[in-house]
Amino acid sequence: MIRINCPFCGERDHSDFTYGGDGSIVYPELDAPAEEWVEAIFQRENIRGVQTETWHHVSGCRQWLVVERDTMTHEIHSIKAAHEGVAKVLEAGK
Amino acid sequence: MSGSRLPDGGRINRSVPVEFHWDNRRVSGFKGDTLASALMAHGETIFGRSFKYHRPRGIMSAGVEESGAIVTVGRGARRDPNVKATTQEIYNGLYAKGQNAWPNVRRDLGAVNSLFSRFFSAGFYYKTFMGIPPMEWGKGTGIWMQYEKLIRKAAGMGVASREPDPDIYDHGHLFCDVLVVGSGPAGLAAAVEAAKAGLDVVLVEQDFEIGGDYLNQSNTEAEQKRAAAIAELEKHGARVMTRTTAFGLYDYGVAGLLERVTDHLSEPASHMPRQRFLTLRTRHTILATGAMERTVAFGNNDTPGIMTAAAANTYVNRFGVLPGKQIIVATNNDSAYGPALTLAKTGAEVTLLDSRTSIPGNISGLLETKGVTVKTGAAALNANGKRGISSLDLATGTHAHWTAADTQECDLLLVSGGWSPVVNLLSHRGVRPVWNTDNLCFVAPEYDEPIQMAGSACAIWGTSDCEASGQAAGAAAVAAIKGQSVSTPAPKAGGWETPIDPLYEVSVEGKHLKSFIDPQHDVTADDVRLAHQEGFVSVEHLKRYTTLGMATDQGKMGNIIGLALMAEALGKEIPQVGTTTFRPPYTPISLGALTGRGKGAHFKALRRTPMHEWNLAHGATMTEAGLWQRPWYFAREGETITEAYIRETITTRETVGLVDVTSLGKIAIQGPDATELINRVYSNAFAKLPVGKARYGIMLRDDGIVMDDGTSWRFSETDYFMTTTTAHAAKVMVFLEELLQTRWSNLKVHVTSVSEQWAGSAVAGPKSRAVLEACVADPASVSNDALPFMGVIETTLKNGVPCRIARISFSGEMAYEMYVESDYAQSMMDLLWPAAQSFDGCLYGTETLGALRIEKGHVTGVELDGRATIDDAGLGKMASEQKSYIGSALRKRPDLTRTDRPQLVGIFPKDKTEKFKAGSVLCAEDKVEGHGDGWITAVTHSPSLGHWIGLGYINGGYDQWTDQTVVAADPVRTGNTNVEIVSPHMVDPSGERMRG
Repeated sequence: MIRINCPFCGERDHSDFTYGGDGSIVYPELDAPAEEWVEAIFQRENIRGVQTETWHHVSGCRQWLVVERDTMTHEIHSIKAAHEGVAKVLEAGK
Repeated sequence: MSGSRLPDGGRINRSVPVEFHWDNRRVSGFKGDTLASALMAHGETIFGRSFKYHRPRGIMSAGVEESGAIVTVGRGARRDPNVKATTQEIYNGLYAKGQNAWPNVRRDLGAVNSLFSRFFSAGFYYKTFMGIPPMEWGKGTGIWMQYEKLIRKAAGMGVASREPDPDIYDHGHLFCDVLVVGSGPAGLAAAVEAAKAGLDVVLVEQDFEIGGDYLNQSNTEAEQKRAAAIAELEKHGARVMTRTTAFGLYDYGVAGLLERVTDHLSEPASHMPRQRFLTLRTRHTILATGAMERTVAFGNNDTPGIMTAAAANTYVNRFGVLPGKQIIVATNNDSAYGPALTLAKTGAEVTLLDSRTSIPGNISGLLETKGVTVKTGAAALNANGKRGISSLDLATGTHAHWTAADTQECDLLLVSGGWSPVVNLLSHRGVRPVWNTDNLCFVAPEYDEPIQMAGSACAIWGTSDCEASGQAAGAAAVAAIKGQSVSTPAPKAGGWETPIDPLYEVSVEGKHLKSFIDPQHDVTADDVRLAHQEGFVSVEHLKRYTTLGMATDQGKMGNIIGLALMAEALGKEIPQVGTTTFRPPYTPISLGALTGRGKGAHFKALRRTPMHEWNLAHGATMTEAGLWQRPWYFAREGETITEAYIRETITTRETVGLVDVTSLGKIAIQGPDATELINRVYSNAFAKLPVGKARYGIMLRDDGIVMDDGTSWRFSETDYFMTTTTAHAAKVMVFLEELLQTRWSNLKVHVTSVSEQWAGSAVAGPKSRAVLEACVADPASVSNDALPFMGVIETTLKNGVPCRIARISFSGEMAYEMYVESDYAQSMMDLLWPAAQSFDGCLYGTETLGALRIEKGHVTGVELDGRATIDDAGLGKMASEQKSYIGSALRKRPDLTRTDRPQLVGIFPKDKTEKFKAGSVLCAEDKVEGHGDGWITAVTHSPSLGHWIGLGYINGGYDQWTDQTVVAADPVRTGNTNVEIVSPHMVDPSGERMRG
């Protein structure tokens, strides 16, 4: 069982969270051409090694997190709030 | 074998006798006995019959690796099959039986199977399924089903109870710094070392007593060390758990533990769970899991009266039972000399066969002074005796070549074929063990995990070396946690004076022997060779083809021999063949423990609306909608469900009806950018929704498929109240959070789930306004001018309760949704219901909700099923072309804009007296086959039209099928019905009634 150190709640079992998906996607503008949306929504790398992904602390603080996790070992390299403003505030408070 | 209780000695409490039942006879033992030791003391030899051949089987070990004494414990609903007699503690009233035998294990008629043993060789099932050569007689599934029944009856393990499990099982969670698995010399030393350093230690032991191999030693020094370690652990606050198996190791220091709480008690207190399934999180793990002695393949090596040498030592020293009087010990290593000495001291006649030719003079000299005859270059070849060993054919030579020698009488044969360290738990972490050629066993390689191995689990054989190894492991764990460097050196693997002999099988040319390597599944040495002959070269395939190591012991005793024989057949070394992967659980876990309390009504969460009791009190029959309990219909006395919903539908269309809509999802959307958010997530225009108005909206997914529909009510410039469907409430909330936190963090808006804060009722029908006027404090506030179609107000009820009302309609009638804070739900209903009654109104449930919306062609989750586009659902007009929103780009993908896609339609029966069912396939009249052209999502009897109607999808939609006969095909239920395709808006298509 993966343990995720939520920046808001502390270390919790992964069963507290739901897996979001690829955290490296930069979503296009809403009026961007369909091709860009196809790229963002359907094209996924199957990464062996460190992958950036999103997790939602759905049974906790309900914050979305960006997590760097090694898909081979489950080792987590970094965790931060997905919300840019919140992440900055947390970083400044360290 | 003729076991007997020794006059003294052992750890059993002779002052506490225990009475129990074995195969319908009353037997007694002592507190501290296992079922195996107590029955052995009574001279019992046969404990069960084997899986395929019904060969008699007896005790083969003294622990969890047991493959012979597999029994059934308990009866009735508590009948528990495949319990190892060697680990089951006895208690007063224990009820145990041998298994896979009829009428009993001593006289088993199934033993006739052994006469046909040549048909039951490796791959029997696969070959039989293919038919029996040369004519492939019996090929085919039909006949196979018949064989299968016969075979199942004859073969197998115990039979589980078919009654519901009456026991309770708990789930729990533990945290610690250091988990120590195993309480032998290494485990105790490790736990003491870690506890002394101030760390939070949990020590788990699968046995009912702490001590591991200390318990098998008769000297007082061992007992003193054991007691001192236990005292030390208590002093430092370590948590020590017996009867607890660490069955698996997982990521991030998570270990799965199974604690057997009452399996040893005659009358457990009613509050006690039978077992606890514990999830433990630790920073460091020490595996002092010991090693298991393995056997050797030779003729009839499964005969009762043949066991491991260490097991005999345990029965004498721990349980005070002498397993036999005329004993032969056959070994290929030093470890069997201790047991031989133990047995000789009891006065038994002992002969020791050592397959090695040179052994140290001092050991054999010591044995000979105690009357043990030592023969070198000798091994066990074939056991004689049907119901128990009576003599042994010896072989002389070396492991390279054996010759048959004389036969020697005996009643007990002890075998030591070497030791296999228990590396199972480390393997669970993905670490592949490596072959140690000095000690002929798999050991842990170098690995990168916060786990230490200690003691004989590292192939360290001496007790004092194991203690030192444990201490070193404990120190390493402390250092790792405290961030210090490690200084304690750990002893190396080994400890025998003379190297172990690579002996896995004893056979002589020209003599056919039945040599078992996995007794629990009746896999023989010949089966392995046959598998090789038939082309199996991978050990993983060998395992599955022969079923070697796939029984309840998971190959604890037999796997290494199987590997060795496969290696020999392939002309390879064992390390080149490799080993199979150990997977959790280490020992079997009951399904009850996995389930815990989450069964029956507790299987999933139960959600009741705040007017649940009120609905029940007013005659509701409830139904499940996801996790929710919702009113289904309100039958009057003598009414069927169909009569009830038709009456409710008519009443609502004619006067007024009330329905609990609390289960709808409700989300507060607040902040300066609330409008912007709503406008981006709904497909239709929301930017100009005035304050005091609500609007119906459709949400798409990123990929352009419909996600959900609902309404949003605007209370101020910055304050919206969004409703979602019951089914998608959570999904919509999660999606909004994702958008705001991961994509649009610049938007100043906050979303809050308020589903449980508001209770709601819909008030629908021509008299709905009149009902509202009777209930609100200011009747003018709900007049047609003050509250027009799609208007929203916040007001108070007559009883002073604040409420919010929107004039929106799902039923197609003039209708309102009224919400109050959840605590006031019943008081709202107590106002609404008398008012509705004064207009001859009714209460209605989901069945009528369905009938009303089907008549109107309004969609729900069955239509918005994750495949439908907004155009498919006939709602294309709600997709704005003036703005971009979630899903607007991808909904225009070529395949989603095909005009022949399935589109929402209404369905009438051709013959208006006929009915049809949801789930039917819609087919062209001349082509009733395959997936057809569409499907029916929902049906109801329409009181407005006077016949059955349905909603569904059909390729190309209404225009394509106008005036054609279509078949609603339902071949496996009610048969086919001719139908016609109509517009989905079947009642009041212009919507005059709801604008009323």
